[in-house]
Amino acid sequence: MGARHGGALSARYVAGTSPVHRLAPQVKLVAVLAYALVVVATPVHAGWAPWAYAGYLLAVLAAAAVAGVRPGRLAAGLVVETPFVVFALLLPFVTRGPRVEVLGLSLSESGLQTGGALLAKATLSVLAATVLAATTEPRELMHGLERLRLPSALVQILGFMIRYVDVVSGELHRMRVARESRAFDGRRRGALRVVGAAAGALFIRSYERGERVHLAMLSRGYTGRLPRGPVAAVPSRDWLTGLSLPLAAGAVLATGMLLG
Amino acid sequence: MCNKVDVVHVPDGFLDAPTSVATGVLAAGTVALALRKAREELDERTAPLAGLTAAFVFAVQMMNFPVGAGTSGHLIGGALTAVLVGPWTAVLCMTVVLLVQAVLFADGGLTALGTNVTLMALVAVGVGYGLFRLLVAVLPRTRTGFLIGAGVGAFASVPLAALAFVALFAAGGVADISLGAVAATMGGIHVLIGLGEAAITVVVLGAVLAARPDLVHGAAHLRSADALLRRPEVVAPR
Repeated sequence: MGARHGGALSARYVAGTSPVHRLAPQVKLVAVLAYALVVVATPVHAGWAPWAYAGYLLAVLAAAAVAGVRPGRLAAGLVVETPFVVFALLLPFVTRGPRVEVLGLSLSESGLQTGGALLAKATLSVLAATVLAATTEPRELMHGLERLRLPSALVQILGFMIRYVDVVSGELHRMRVARESRAFDGRRRGALRVVGAAAGALFIRSYERGERVHLAMLSRGYTGRLPRGPVAAVPSRDWLTGLSLPLAAGAVLATGMLLG
Repeated sequence: MCNKVDVVHVPDGFLDAPTSVATGVLAAGTVALALRKAREELDERTAPLAGLTAAFVFAVQMMNFPVGAGTSGHLIGGALTAVLVGPWTAVLCMTVVLLVQAVLFADGGLTALGTNVTLMALVAVGVGYGLFRLLVAVLPRTRTGFLIGAGVGAFASVPLAALAFVALFAAGGVADISLGAVAATMGGIHVLIGLGEAAITVVVLGAVLAARPDLVHGAAHLRSADALLRRPEVVAPR
């Protein structure tokens, strides 16, 4: 922890200078959100839905290729889906309606369809969000959210979290090293008390650090809001580049709706 | 340790549009109210203290806690945070953590952010803190009563958040499932997770209470005036 530049929150970030890296963060946020909206809006039971998913997949893979995000990175991003994969796999068993025989199992037809659709939609959205996280640094994302009018108090909280999360996790890591170098065994009775005390100490240290940071800021003239530098307007060409991902997905959806 | 995010978040596409929009509006309203109310809990120190607390929640969610019989649990932390820093600040901390997980780890869909905030910031914090307050009012005003209240609140917050998800799925899920079965399964699994959550919450709160009771927002009733009297007397200069 802390060995790599960037730290805990930059685990998904891949440094680079691709066109996607250079886009303004708010453009990328809007693009990924719009893409997810298109994916989610696709009707589950339409016959053409699998083709639409294939089209969306092509679009997001193209974006990943332009951004220089390697397939391994994309696959690693999908790990967060695991709990819901289990849920989606259960759907064919618990959904009501007509049943079909698959490999000797009685499965619900609509459950199979829905489970598949849920998996496809979640996977596509996670892929797009992984491209966003891989090409945008945490601080940049904060600025993007700020430009998108996230309430300033929330932006400040987010800013402090981004700035100090590595300090806090570093502290946690040092406590673990200290614990384990004193022959701590997590399987022994009473281990919970030891780890719990560490977490309690971590809270106290974090909170006290917050108090010190606040005092330091007061002494530098903090009045409750942070000054912002001049904001450069995003050229409309950049918006067009960024929004080409959701626009492509939207074109796929529209084609499906018209022809399907 | 950075790649492990264990709290279950709703991804994009699990709930239909009306449900997502409704939970989004509910979440936005809750956060707006919390932004106002948190100022009463922390005044103008809100941003640095809530930010550091959010960093603490994020770090502690990645910790492995041994909860007996060779198993380890993870903390969601809604109830713990609410008891430590107050419910409104806790709502803000959980919201920021969820936002970071959605945009930096693709964990929890962007279109489902409102749903996730509703479940983990509103339901988990609300249930956890509500039950805690209720029990603290009924139980003896001691350290044990305080810890029991916090433990029960933390325990109940997990299965109830899971059941809230099942309810949302019933209202706006995209599959026609037999609800009883899903509710029983989700509830059952989350009762176990809740037990771990309760054990961790109690131990962490006990540790903070032993070292800095003045930092625990929910323990204000344990701080009596005689704590001041017991301090050593100031020796007058001769």
